[in-house]
Amino acid sequence: MSLLDIKNLQVDFPTRRGVFTAVREVTLSVEPGEILGCVGESGAGKSTIGNAVIGLLEPPGRMAEGEIDLRGERIDNLPYEAVRRIRGRKIGMIFQDPLTSLNPLQTIERQLVETITTHLPMSEAEARQKSIDLLDRVGIPDPEIRIQQYPHQFSGGMRQRVVIALALCADPEVIIADEPTTALDVSIQAQILDLVRELCRERQVGMIIITHDMGVIADITDRVAVMYRGKVVETGPTAKILGDPDHPYTKSLISAVPRPDVRLKRFPLVEYIESAGDARKALDISTHWLGQARDFSKMDGPLIRLKDLNMRFVTKNAILPKNRVYLDAVKDVSFDIEQGEVFGLVGESGSGKSTVARMIAGLYKPTGGAIHFAGGELTAIASEREKDIYRRQMQMIFQDPYSSLNPRMRVLDIVAEPIRFHGLAEDKAHTEEIVLDLLEHVGLGAAAAIKYPHEFSGGQRQRISIARALATRPRFLICDEPTSALDVSIQAQILNLLKDLQEELGLTMLFISHDLPVIRQMCDRVGVMRNGMLCEIAETEDLFENPQHPYSQHLLELMPRLEVLSQEGLEVEADHPTGAA
Amino acid sequence: MATTEENGDAVRDLARLRAREGGFRGWLKRTADSDVWYSFKTSPVAVAASIVSILMLLSAIFAPWIAPTDPFDLAQIDLMDSELPPAWMAQGDPRFILGTDDQGRDILSTILYGSQISLLVGFASVLFSMAIGIPLGLISGYVGGRLDAIIMRIADIQLSFPAILIAFLIDGIARGVLPRDLHDELALYVLVFAIGVSGWVQYARTVRGSTLVEKNKEYVQAARVIGVRRGPILIRHILPNVLGPVLVIATIHLAIAIITEATLSFLGVGVPPTQPSLGTLIRIGYDFLFSGTWWITIMPGVALIVLVLAINLVGDWLRDALNPKLR
Repeated sequence: MSLLDIKNLQVDFPTRRGVFTAVREVTLSVEPGEILGCVGESGAGKSTIGNAVIGLLEPPGRMAEGEIDLRGERIDNLPYEAVRRIRGRKIGMIFQDPLTSLNPLQTIERQLVETITTHLPMSEAEARQKSIDLLDRVGIPDPEIRIQQYPHQFSGGMRQRVVIALALCADPEVIIADEPTTALDVSIQAQILDLVRELCRERQVGMIIITHDMGVIADITDRVAVMYRGKVVETGPTAKILGDPDHPYTKSLISAVPRPDVRLKRFPLVEYIESAGDARKALDISTHWLGQARDFSKMDGPLIRLKDLNMRFVTKNAILPKNRVYLDAVKDVSFDIEQGEVFGLVGESGSGKSTVARMIAGLYKPTGGAIHFAGGELTAIASEREKDIYRRQMQMIFQDPYSSLNPRMRVLDIVAEPIRFHGLAEDKAHTEEIVLDLLEHVGLGAAAAIKYPHEFSGGQRQRISIARALATRPRFLICDEPTSALDVSIQAQILNLLKDLQEELGLTMLFISHDLPVIRQMCDRVGVMRNGMLCEIAETEDLFENPQHPYSQHLLELMPRLEVLSQEGLEVEADHPTGAA
Repeated sequence: MATTEENGDAVRDLARLRAREGGFRGWLKRTADSDVWYSFKTSPVAVAASIVSILMLLSAIFAPWIAPTDPFDLAQIDLMDSELPPAWMAQGDPRFILGTDDQGRDILSTILYGSQISLLVGFASVLFSMAIGIPLGLISGYVGGRLDAIIMRIADIQLSFPAILIAFLIDGIARGVLPRDLHDELALYVLVFAIGVSGWVQYARTVRGSTLVEKNKEYVQAARVIGVRRGPILIRHILPNVLGPVLVIATIHLAIAIITEATLSFLGVGVPPTQPSLGTLIRIGYDFLFSGTWWITIMPGVALIVLVLAINLVGDWLRDALNPKLR
């Protein structure tokens, strides 16, 4: 008998197209003081397990089979009142988004005291003292003062600490954490994970961490269960599963995780979640449409050159200029990107990296500085006509595959829009031919052309975005976090595709990411940004092996060490011999 | 050309798929499979309400063919038949199912012809409101800044007058400006203009709100990176994506417009008695309500209630189906 036993769990969601079984035949157990990781990609059913344990399955979902025992007592078939008493008292929950898991209208004190007095026989004063001790324990400075504040007065990381205190306040025996650090920046993520681990050991709480992030798993879990399509395919001690996986799904999942320590030629093909696309045709630039009429003037020197770029947003407007409040999103950023180079920009959220991309793409007008591109000064051009010449040579791929395609347009029209706008095809038939060809080159069949975006998965949509970006025959591609919304296996496919296209077309790229391992896989040179300023520019290998700026060093230290991961089947790039090869 | 040879198969595939999925058949197939259609099928209220709405719409359109008599053809009217009760009552005449009015006109026929006028005014004023409100909302939301402030302040001022008051105002001005005989002729247009003008604010506000959301989505930014200008972005990209809520408002607004028209006609500032709408019929009958011939006013009243209720129910269902957050 363990602390928490999940036996042969099956959860069904009846829909109008028949019953969808989200989770089946899941058997897991947690011991006191143990952290069990539950890892899988979106749709694997990992969150459903957590919700089933705490009795929060969203209707019409229901447990079709199995049982859940807490200290040998069955808890899944209890009446509502009894479940409510267990929830919070014996099982605590930490959700992903600290913004929505606290009530914005109540002080932290009220939320904590109310939870404690509901579950424990304590007076208000005792509960208050306990709350202050807890806040102190989770690392909130001046707990006596801060307890009287409202959630909006806390930063994201601090708020997640409060959520953890809230989950702990009734001394639960089990905590379920659903993606507890996904909404946080790396530096805060590391602190929160340390805290969670300490608390688990100290209070002998059993914990299930549900996450898609191998870094989190490698960092704090004792055992891992790997989920795939509603089933646990493999479970065991973390070091064993990550270092020497048996199941082919686990193997391919691990091989798709970008490594911080080595640069790969390309990711091994991962076809478990979704086919990597129809075998894509290699492009021969000398005969292909994408290579024709690339009437770009040949030029020497860097393709793009930023000089003292500034972007200042007005955050509070006023009639008198001196009363206005400004935010300097980007301050004096200068860098060059050579032709054919992949330049990375890395930084935490709010560092201004996306703002730089948007200024280059012409979405924002810089408040100072100059952008030189392909021999012209973009910031000095006023006429739209003249800008079109440069727009054609430059395209952008966005982060969110769900909002970057117009839901009311067919894929054919989405990809054809740039071709039509810039008049790149001779006639309608030619346009369609080009679109179909592009779709095949990004690994989608011609059948995709007449469908609407909602019929595709996130990874497929990102392929459509890439096809649209290629349709102007650009020489420069801006990728703004192109894979952060995707699962690792899909991310591997998209990164492979971008690499292939970059090589075949000789594209110059600006690649923006918060994810250092991804940057290492993709970029030749990297700029590190913080608070709108560029801290350091270095060759990728130099940055990772020998960072100069203190902030770069700090970021690299926080990067999850994934040495435990199996290296099976990886092709390390020969040009950059590193320790792990 | 190299692409032609390589791509021959793909082009043929596309043509084949187009034949199967494109056009009307493809649309029908997608509709039958969609969530909205499913929610419609499983909602008995929505099905019943839309059947009633469509029946009333059809019977209004085909009134000249369906109606037992032509109430405006003096040759068919016999004063001897005046004030006959409905057919099921003691002195009823089977020729006049719902009875006759004071001039001997068949009430069923006047209702059919009257709902024609009511629906015509309703649809026309909704279209008129949309034609003003949607472009203003799009521009206001997309351009923002001072223009947005001006448009929205005008909307606020407009909202502080009740719709009926504005309609009265416009009708009054029209009466003063236009010669009397011309006024009767143009009464319908004046009514459409009055009701339409008082309704545009809702469209403008809703469209502005949706536009503010849509314009920050990445597909709009992608279009801007390509170089697409403001106009085409608004029409091709944003407009189709803000039409969902507009459809809901339009349905409910149609019911409101019909009621407003009936109210104005009841008060005597609407359509002239020579072209009676449901509101006019209710007013004509109102004079006889206390003399015992209740059917002259009650029958068109019931018709108005059923029509408006059915349209409102369809609108409510549409709102729930298109806004998953309310579910």
